[in-house]
Amino acid sequence: MIALLLRDLRLAIRSGGGFGLGLAFFLILVVLVPFGVGPQSDILSRIAPGILWVGALLACLLSLDRIFALDYEDGSLDLLATAPVPLEGMVAIKALAHWLTTGLPLTLAAPLLGVLLNMPLQNMGWLVLTLGLGTPALSFIGTFGAALTVGIKRGGLLLSLLVLPMYVPTLIFGAEALRRGSEGLEATAPLLLLAGITAGAISLLPFAAAAAIRINIR
Amino acid sequence: MHMECIVSDLACMRGGVPVLTGVRFDLAAGQCLLLRGPNGIGKTTLLRTLAGLQPALAGTVSLDREAFAYAGHADGLKATLTVRENLQFWADVYGTGSIDQALTAFNLSALADRAAHNLSAGQKRRLGLARLLVTGRKIWALDEPTVSLDTASVALFAEAIKTHCAAGGAALIATHIELGFTADVLDLTPFKATADSSAAHSDGFDEAFL
Amino acid sequence: MSSFWEYANPKKFMQTSAILLPWAAGLAAVCLVVGLIWGFFFTPDDFRQGSTVKIIYLHVPSALMAINIWIMMLVTSLIWLIRRHHVSALAARAAAPIGLVMTLIALFTGAVWGQPMWGTYWAWDPRLTAFLILFLFYLGYLALWAAIDDPDTAADLTSVLCLVGSVFALLSRYAVWFWNQGLHQGASLSLDKQENVHDVFYFPLLLCIAGFVLMFVALVLLRTRTEIRARRLKALMARERMEA
Repeated sequence: MIALLLRDLRLAIRSGGGFGLGLAFFLILVVLVPFGVGPQSDILSRIAPGILWVGALLACLLSLDRIFALDYEDGSLDLLATAPVPLEGMVAIKALAHWLTTGLPLTLAAPLLGVLLNMPLQNMGWLVLTLGLGTPALSFIGTFGAALTVGIKRGGLLLSLLVLPMYVPTLIFGAEALRRGSEGLEATAPLLLLAGITAGAISLLPFAAAAAIRINIR
Repeated sequence: MHMECIVSDLACMRGGVPVLTGVRFDLAAGQCLLLRGPNGIGKTTLLRTLAGLQPALAGTVSLDREAFAYAGHADGLKATLTVRENLQFWADVYGTGSIDQALTAFNLSALADRAAHNLSAGQKRRLGLARLLVTGRKIWALDEPTVSLDTASVALFAEAIKTHCAAGGAALIATHIELGFTADVLDLTPFKATADSSAAHSDGFDEAFL
Repeated sequence: MSSFWEYANPKKFMQTSAILLPWAAGLAAVCLVVGLIWGFFFTPDDFRQGSTVKIIYLHVPSALMAINIWIMMLVTSLIWLIRRHHVSALAARAAAPIGLVMTLIALFTGAVWGQPMWGTYWAWDPRLTAFLILFLFYLGYLALWAAIDDPDTAADLTSVLCLVGSVFALLSRYAVWFWNQGLHQGASLSLDKQENVHDVFYFPLLLCIAGFVLMFVALVLLRTRTEIRARRLKALMARERMEA
């Protein structure tokens, strides 16, 4: 299991498709928003929580189709499925590797981009907290979507269509917790719900994803 | 004699259509069995069914999957990892540890620190085969293992198989060429599924609609 | 005639559905024609909503169907995953486009109703938003069916998607309630008489709902029969390849 995690991390770093692209996409998205909305700092700081959450979500989506597609093409997925590692565990490790290479860097980089959107500095804690709690759910839900579409050529677009509706609850609770926290309101309820979704996704979705992988490789 | 693998009345399908029915054979420790038959007869399908990657349509396979290692058409190599890293990964997954012996057996020691994308097709194949050695499993199932290997490499491969069988292992190899040693041969042609023979398995595939 | 599951045999299903189909279609036509004419022309205008109230005869049944068709797909998907009856998977596939259209009708009639009532075609009201999300789930489900060639693989994967998707659709429903409290009125129908619409509107509405249900049954039977025939054709072609 550890070996698989290390291999996936090493592959992500060497091929450069992992952190680099997702982060760059996040940056560009946040830079583009003021051009579309206008430079008024009060508007920007008001919509910043939503923009940052949607941006992180889209950046997460970008690298999803690589989770299984490469392993499927070069035959590793067949070999992993016959290896003495439970497929559910394999899927969970892959999702974890995806989070470590996209979700975590996005969470850590978000405060910098928050500055670009005139977010007050005292709110950065909320930003990191909600993204840190929510992005694991995005990775695990996305891994399930990737498992469903692994056998489909050019399944990237379909993957987005399947995964984005499932991202709705995470997005709502994440952005809501961030907004309430930033405005100094009570944010415990959305935070707990966000954590609940993440816990549920981590504990249940690997089973569904492993089932989908088994169906796809037979 | 102890049988490592007993297959009886096995029927397999590919893409919803039965390809093989009534397949039966035994594989004993120390035995090497070559699967023969024309293209499309279902050699790959049979091996994948044995590996548990796809369900059997009928029949039974008595086999310890914990002792089984499968090597398909594709080698499952990662281009950006070195030869050593690729092999070490599988050794870690199977919990066997050392890879030096496998590197030597397939003459890869000199290439150990080269990235896999810099290997030739034959060298990649050798690395894929070396993976079997690090699994530490008793039964090997190989699908066309000699593709893109030169004569010297085929000899290396034959040597590895002989060593493996002499040590009490068993091998099941789908191949078209002569490996240069005597082995039992199973021709799959008589087991080709026909419309009549497959009508017996009316569930599990499209027969239900006829 | 021992078990309910006999109807899951394609041949038995074809026989039974051939008998049921004209009855379902005929009754659906009668219910819809009577219900809609009664509702549109022989009920009074509402004292607050005026004649716009009459759109409920399309809006409420289609909204009910949109949700219930997804639930039916969930049940048939489970039956396919557990008992491997092909007809069940094909029925789920047959129902999905109908559900998609019902969702669209509900959204469209809602927008038409919303303009005079709330002064806007669209508001991010929780009910409306939940339906929009349901629409996206239908789209994804259909797209996955369309993208996979092997019918059994497609049936398996769409069933898994339906199961997981249902959980997320339900979560989304509660999430949007949390996100925005709405302006949509409460349920038009409930067993609690206090909340109900008035009797005058109630009976034609029930007829329309019955008509929509029967129309759905007829359409699903028809579409499932088509799917079964398509599979039969595929099986015959596969057999021909095998003999060649």
